[in-house]
Amino acid sequence: MPFIPHTAADVRAMLAAIGVRHTNDLFDEIPEELRARGLEGVPPALSEMEVGRLMSERAARDGRRLNFIGAGAYEHHIPAAVWSIVTRGEFYSAYTPYQAEASQGTLQLLYEYQTMMSALTGLAISNASLYDGASGLAEACLMAVRANRKSTSQRILVPAALNPTYRSVLRGVAGHQHLSFEALPFDPRGGHTVLAGLESYRGQGIAAVVIQQPNFFGTLEDVDAITNWAHENGALLIGVVNPTSLAVLKPPGQWGAKGADVACGEGQPLGVPLSSGGPYFGFMATKSEHVRQMPGRIVGRTVDLDGKPGFTLTLQAREQHIRRSKATSNICTNQGLLVTAATIYLSLLGPRGLAQVAAVSMQRTQELVAALTRIPGVRLAFDGPRFHEAVLLLDRPVGPVLAALAGRGIVGGCDISRHYPALGHALLVCATETRTLDDIETYARALTDVLAAAAAA
Amino acid sequence: MSNVPADLRYLKSHEWARLEADGTIAVGISDHAQQALGDLVFVEAPEAGRRVSAGEACAVVESVKAASDVYSPVSGEIVAGNADLGGQPELINSDPYGAGWIMRIRPDDKAQFAALLDAKAYEAALAADTH
Repeated sequence: MPFIPHTAADVRAMLAAIGVRHTNDLFDEIPEELRARGLEGVPPALSEMEVGRLMSERAARDGRRLNFIGAGAYEHHIPAAVWSIVTRGEFYSAYTPYQAEASQGTLQLLYEYQTMMSALTGLAISNASLYDGASGLAEACLMAVRANRKSTSQRILVPAALNPTYRSVLRGVAGHQHLSFEALPFDPRGGHTVLAGLESYRGQGIAAVVIQQPNFFGTLEDVDAITNWAHENGALLIGVVNPTSLAVLKPPGQWGAKGADVACGEGQPLGVPLSSGGPYFGFMATKSEHVRQMPGRIVGRTVDLDGKPGFTLTLQAREQHIRRSKATSNICTNQGLLVTAATIYLSLLGPRGLAQVAAVSMQRTQELVAALTRIPGVRLAFDGPRFHEAVLLLDRPVGPVLAALAGRGIVGGCDISRHYPALGHALLVCATETRTLDDIETYARALTDVLAAAAAA
Repeated sequence: MSNVPADLRYLKSHEWARLEADGTIAVGISDHAQQALGDLVFVEAPEAGRRVSAGEACAVVESVKAASDVYSPVSGEIVAGNADLGGQPELINSDPYGAGWIMRIRPDDKAQFAALLDAKAYEAALAADTH
């Protein structure tokens, strides 16, 4: 059955009414050379049964590998209740319903989400989420330039130790809106951003400083000193944070003397499966004084005419249906379903549960690092304090080693040597609470064998 | 009918301007504009020291109904933004020509001020708008 409402007779009648012979004639204006002649490489249609079979065969080929990769998306345990609640008909919508008269349940959930993110980040205001962590940071940079009324510059300092994907998205989204990004170096021994790197920008009217905590290497940054430097130099401070880590680390709202101005990051660790890279969601929180520059939707609690409490979208004058081209962002929506998962995940774990996830993940990563650095040809790149990731240096190129590990059912980490050639054969590894001591032992044995075989070859 | 003081100058976009004794120009939005916007909830006044051109959007007024830009009547330098509006945007509703001023500008060329609409011309523009 074709899911097209117009029959061939309807189409003929409509064309006749406007005096056109063929539908294609409506596209006359498009030059011949710009037209697509069908799609190349798309095989013939399959039936639902055939597609179902093909997909289960491919899924079986993926198998269940032992995963030690993080680098921005993290495999955490998701209680079964999370997605069985999320997929209830009341929540499982193709689009976020915002009408206050019809959507009190969804709006209340978003309000609860904002309250939890506000508590985690230590900042007064959270929006109802953005698309993902990287584009959320681009939005935060655009926001900071608007909000920083003391600085007319559009220069933003970004650590080299920020996730390289985020740096690339920053250039792609905000680089074309006249923002410029300058790199802050990291300490080659500790793996943290060096304060001295900031000093050369003193008095240059920098609009904002970005800092990631923990940074891409998993290393903890001196966020207090960097936040204070930013504020002393008239810049706003944007913190890119892992939400799980906020259960055990100081929240951005308490960094330095005055706290970060904006905190943003990737929400995936909160109840969203890895699922080959998405969909995920971005979060963003800020101080009250910057709320009118914040992008995205915000749900507020209010009372109706009879004084009964209720929930509704608020501060909408920032958004494009009111402010048009001067809206705070051209993205005025949120990732409703994934936020629903995050809210239920956080409610089920509670503050103590989330702190346990963070603490056990840190512990597992320490054990992983200890086990792997005992292997000849493996050493730790940085000696600074870390959260749940670490950079290892191998005695040979990382790519073939990872390929050999994959042959043994192990995803051994992220090869970051192409992003940081100066580091050498650098491998970023992660272990969350989902990895057991046996898993770590399995990885250590496999890596020992793989490196020994490579050395003998 | 809205109040249009005879001693001020105006823009068609509903800003008023007043030449102060110190040579600076105070700017706000007219009584008509505040009535049309309704209760104001937020005002973003410009920072002192900023350079503006005549016709440039340099402040934002937000009401329960809409958000609008406020345009500079002259080119010059912002001398002050009205800090009181941060906590009390409703000053624009209660006293649009007094405590509800939005910014003060030091004009590059006073002739630009003289060329603005006088009260009669602004009233005529308002009358034309409503027909």
